[in-house]
Amino acid sequence: MTGPVIQAKGVVKTLGSGAGTVQALRGVDLALGAGELALLMGPSGSGKTTLLSILGCMLKPSAGAVTVGGQATDGLGPEELARLRRAHIGFVFQSYHLFPTLTAVENVRLALDVRGQAGRAARAKARAALAEVGLAHKERSFPRNLSGGEQQRVAIARAIVGDPSVILADEPTAALDGENGQAVMTILARLAKTQRRGVLVVTHDTRLLPFADRIIHIEDGRIQPEQRAPRAPAGPALSANSA
Amino acid sequence: MPLVVTLALRNLLHDRLRLAATLVGIVFSIVLVTVQMGLYLGFGRMVTVVIDRAETDLWVMTKGGTSFEGPTVLDMKDRDAALATEGVERVTQVVTGFADWRLPSGALTPVMIVGLDLNNPGLRPWNVVEGRIEQLMVTGAVAVDLAYADRLGVSKIGEKAEIRQRAVNVAMLTNGIRSFTTTPYVFMEADFARIVTGLPPNKTSYLLLRLKPGADLEAVRAALVAKIPQAEALTTAQFAERSRNFWLFGTGAGAALFAGMLLGVVVGTVIVAQTLYASTKEHINEFATLRAIGSSRSYMYRVIVCQAAVSAVIGFALAALIAYGVVWATEGSALPIVITPGIVVALFVLTVLMCIAAGIAAILRVMHVDPATAFTR
Repeated sequence: MTGPVIQAKGVVKTLGSGAGTVQALRGVDLALGAGELALLMGPSGSGKTTLLSILGCMLKPSAGAVTVGGQATDGLGPEELARLRRAHIGFVFQSYHLFPTLTAVENVRLALDVRGQAGRAARAKARAALAEVGLAHKERSFPRNLSGGEQQRVAIARAIVGDPSVILADEPTAALDGENGQAVMTILARLAKTQRRGVLVVTHDTRLLPFADRIIHIEDGRIQPEQRAPRAPAGPALSANSA
Repeated sequence: MPLVVTLALRNLLHDRLRLAATLVGIVFSIVLVTVQMGLYLGFGRMVTVVIDRAETDLWVMTKGGTSFEGPTVLDMKDRDAALATEGVERVTQVVTGFADWRLPSGALTPVMIVGLDLNNPGLRPWNVVEGRIEQLMVTGAVAVDLAYADRLGVSKIGEKAEIRQRAVNVAMLTNGIRSFTTTPYVFMEADFARIVTGLPPNKTSYLLLRLKPGADLEAVRAALVAKIPQAEALTTAQFAERSRNFWLFGTGAGAALFAGMLLGVVVGTVIVAQTLYASTKEHINEFATLRAIGSSRSYMYRVIVCQAAVSAVIGFALAALIAYGVVWATEGSALPIVITPGIVVALFVLTVLMCIAAGIAAILRVMHVDPATAFTR
């Protein structure tokens, strides 16, 4: 794909009603290309999560247009939006959101299972994704037996196993210490470069700046003039026990 | 194992206390339904126990006869008319009625007299453990069941008692001829039965007709009713059905059993629904995550249905064990709980359906789960 993997044009989002109405987004334009890692930064209440939810096809904009993988989301129903998410987007959440009753590899397989991919091939794919984030040896561990960094890496494996063109990450390092945060960002940066995925990371953490190709600032629901960041070299592959 | 089943199973096992509550609900419900169903079936069999044993093609009785124990009086001339009917090979009379049995101790207890035409086959005591049929031909000779030995105060051949001040002696012992009314059956020769029931010598209760090979049953029935207008003729199956209907629905016993069954299903559904709903609510964030990563609604429903189905299978297995124990414990009672393979299959299907129906509330809960909440927690 040569165009942006995900794009927002003139996106407006109004939340609430009556006296409690809040305009969370006021005409946001944003495009993310394949192989690009962008940081979306801004103060609390600036509209980061709202924008991420709209780009992730979980929330409908009040106005404006969103395109994911070249497909417009306008007019799509909940099931069609879910199908679009399955086809194009991988998610990494701040609190990992792993299923506590499933092992690491089962958590990764789940993303394939919802796509209708099961059986031996799915298991092999899930293991490969875990290996990609350096957790091949932890495939049978339950989340409670993994460190925060390891859990986030399992979440990244779950996000990439379906081969999405976009990864949307919401504060992926917020719950991690510096070392683990760096490790997670190194993986995300590597995935962007080596697998040509567009990666959009919402963060407050300025220590992540070196990983970004681009920094997008949002304030009061508006994107601020863009800044290009010097790209950090992709970090070395993580060793099995680095997290 | 499919991942959706693994997830459902682990979700269930995650909270064992809740799983236990679910299983108790299912077990309680299914055992209750099993007992009610088994009682219904057992009751249905017990009320026709004599009818089913008769070797006959048609039962002739007074019009509107409700059951074997019900009142019916035919004239002995009707017997001759029946015998003269085209297609009838044999006619056997049966005399029935209630009487008082005086124990050797002097106490009285009611009994159901069954007077047999010992010169013709058609109806005989069964499950005989001691005595021969010819011994019943002697006036005063009776056959009683060992199940009622204590009630009747006799347990051996040759022991004596009284019916309506007429001396009787035990000439035959059977084992397992139980009456659902708990009034013991006492078999004897028809003439003596007339004496102790007070039925006039020219009267009888039933006529059992055996047809000639190839005879047209409907034609015989029509000819018979034309000859004996006050009588009607029913096949064994028809008479059994009428008896069941009378005792089960005419008396309200069946309605009570059905109500019990329904109650079991309702209680089971509510308990399972409540626990499944609570489990779904507890795991709602996981469902939101599933939705966020692109799961279709049907996938989420499958998780819930799997949880319901797994609960059903485990619950049914436990319930079946308990129900088997109940069946075993009531085997020799006056009203045994009867379970057939068909009922087991039906109960399993009922359990699964009940649990899936119980999952509807949980399904409604996840139907509108907001995937965006995955970003806000």
